[in-house]
Amino acid sequence: MNKIWLVLQREYLTRVKKRSFLLTTILVPLIIIGFYAAIIAISISGSTNSQKIAVLDEDSLFNGKISVPNGDQANYTFIQNETEQSFKEKYKTLGYSSFLYVPKLNIDKPLGIKLHSQAAVSLSDKGKIESIINKAIETKRMVAAQIDPEKYKAISADVTVDNTIDSANGEKKAVAGVAYAFSFAAGILIYMILLIYGMMVMRGVMEEKVNRIAEVIVSSVKPFQLMLGKIIGIGAVGLTQFGIWLILMFLLQLIIPVIFPGIFHQMAAAQAAQPGGQENMLLTISEGIKSLPIGLMVFCFVFYFLGGYLIYASLFAAVGSAVSEDQQEAQQLTFPIMMPIILAFVIMTKAVNDPNSSLAIFGSLFPLTSPIVMMGRIAYSPPAWQIILSMVLLILGFLFFTWLTAKIYRTGILMYGKKITWKEMWKWAVRKS
Amino acid sequence: MNLLEVKNLKKYFATQKAVDDISFGLRKGSIFGLLGPNGAGKTTLIRMITGIFYPDEGEILLNGKTFDPINDVGQIGYMPEERGLYKKMKIGEQAVYLAQLKGLSKAEAVAKVKEWFIKFEMQSWWNKKVEDLSKGMGQKLQFVTTVLHEPKLIILDEPFSGLDPVNSNLIKDEINNLAKKGATIIFSTHRMEQVEEICDHIILVNKGKKILDGSVNEVKQQFKENLYSIGLEQIPVSFSSSHFEVIGKKDNSLVIKIGNGFRPNDVLQYFIQQNANVVSFNEMLPSLSDIFIKLVEGTPLARQFQSVTA
Repeated sequence: MNKIWLVLQREYLTRVKKRSFLLTTILVPLIIIGFYAAIIAISISGSTNSQKIAVLDEDSLFNGKISVPNGDQANYTFIQNETEQSFKEKYKTLGYSSFLYVPKLNIDKPLGIKLHSQAAVSLSDKGKIESIINKAIETKRMVAAQIDPEKYKAISADVTVDNTIDSANGEKKAVAGVAYAFSFAAGILIYMILLIYGMMVMRGVMEEKVNRIAEVIVSSVKPFQLMLGKIIGIGAVGLTQFGIWLILMFLLQLIIPVIFPGIFHQMAAAQAAQPGGQENMLLTISEGIKSLPIGLMVFCFVFYFLGGYLIYASLFAAVGSAVSEDQQEAQQLTFPIMMPIILAFVIMTKAVNDPNSSLAIFGSLFPLTSPIVMMGRIAYSPPAWQIILSMVLLILGFLFFTWLTAKIYRTGILMYGKKITWKEMWKWAVRKS
Repeated sequence: MNLLEVKNLKKYFATQKAVDDISFGLRKGSIFGLLGPNGAGKTTLIRMITGIFYPDEGEILLNGKTFDPINDVGQIGYMPEERGLYKKMKIGEQAVYLAQLKGLSKAEAVAKVKEWFIKFEMQSWWNKKVEDLSKGMGQKLQFVTTVLHEPKLIILDEPFSGLDPVNSNLIKDEINNLAKKGATIIFSTHRMEQVEEICDHIILVNKGKKILDGSVNEVKQQFKENLYSIGLEQIPVSFSSSHFEVIGKKDNSLVIKIGNGFRPNDVLQYFIQQNANVVSFNEMLPSLSDIFIKLVEGTPLARQFQSVTA
């Protein structure tokens, strides 16, 4: 026990003391914050960018008046006494970004409407213009069918359904999008952790082998102690990194409003300018977050992070012990380990859409995929028995794989100069000691 | 009492009988040479003694008690042939870490490392990294980390590889010192002249079996061929005797092989009778290198794979 602790300490301290650790730990959140800042900056600047659009309405479809929806900053100007051909030449010089041409229309079959522009018009701008035209045509058709547009407006319905979750603590408002986003993010996070820290373990084992220190160490420490110390030590590095990131993000959240005092106000203003329905998006999201089983999710995240990490780290350690020097060899041998991780990721993307499908349930129980897939389901509160079974299987899986890989590791780290195949590793694993 | 007693040790791998029934004993304070061609099973034997491998059969006694790989590691210092250190770690920290793994407390470890660094004039290395060291300096450091925790049994596999003569001597003196202080040393090497110089006792292993065991002198006596060199003021023009035959001739000395049943005195008497002035007379014992080659020769250079039914 004492020796595992010594190994663990060394693995932890040598990594945490490295300059690159500090660099990535501090730079990554800064990059994320920078990214957010850029998004905010774009969303603010985007809404003030008004376009001038010329309209040549030969059909008098709009009756000289366009009702601009909320949030559309475009400026429509009607042009008289011009033809499509003549105006095409000059709209640019007159300062219009594009020009909409409406020919004489057959109201039942409105064809030939054209939007001229110098460069391709963005999808959202095109959508806005199309909706304006559709509205105008609908109005005309209603008049033709002798329907009073005012009356039509009064009868047409636009209902939103509120999904509430009934739990012991009373009703909560569910927001599908929020659960989706959280599940997906948690799944991806676990996926990245497994890959990044698993690889780190593998490189650590390879380092010991390549530097020929393995035999020196195992003459004082059991190979299993060395492997476990390394895995736990690197896991602790991962937890430290996450801890620092959490603290940094919390601090930055406090600091940003101080540095840019107007930013939240501006964001709120920008959002208020959006067309109806999204007005209280922030409110909806915060309500959605409240609806999630946050406590359970945090617990599961930590549990599946640890369980998944321990399983895959032991597999990566076994591979690292079998590789002698060749990086390419390492790549070939890691491929079979990467497959279940990638498979889990694919199942997870399905599971967030359909959390109770049989594939999702299987994926969230099978120990090699459950850390990723269960994180994809957890926000949808899967049945308790599935969570418990999945956790038990994960623990059993961890014990099984550690036992198996320890045997490979023990033989592998003392083998030099020979290319090891999976078949041989399997032989080491099943051989009785 | 013997410090180490190895009894009928066996270790079979899938394709080889790596160690096939080897027994020997080591006196406390002796320097023991473990010799054998490449692939003879030396490393496997050493790995069993250090607790890295478990023997398939047989027994290892350390200090009269069954060797316990978990608790006895502190009594053993092992410098493997494939050796190295963490390149990115500071030298002082690394030495302390390795000593701690052997069971020393941190304070003890630091004190010991400092003591040895002063002894080997390595004080300035403490905060350097291993990657900054030359190969020879690395070997020196490796030796220090092997003996730092005052093990009773020290196992050195090719300890002099990569060392210049000055550092070689430094380590050699230290090995003798440690033996005088009561440590027992197993020394595995292919350099026979070093074995003759350092070891009191040797065994020779080939194909997993022990083929020779004894003190250096005993072994030499065992393999002597009754060869003598005799220096004469002037070699008689013609001589012949049933006492000996001449094997070689160089300047004024002869290499002779004394026939069965005759003694050196008979030879000397013969030359005295011939009125030849004897200047020198020496027994020529075979070198360990000769013995090694004689015993191992004829067996294939690379060990063949064999199927094992155990």
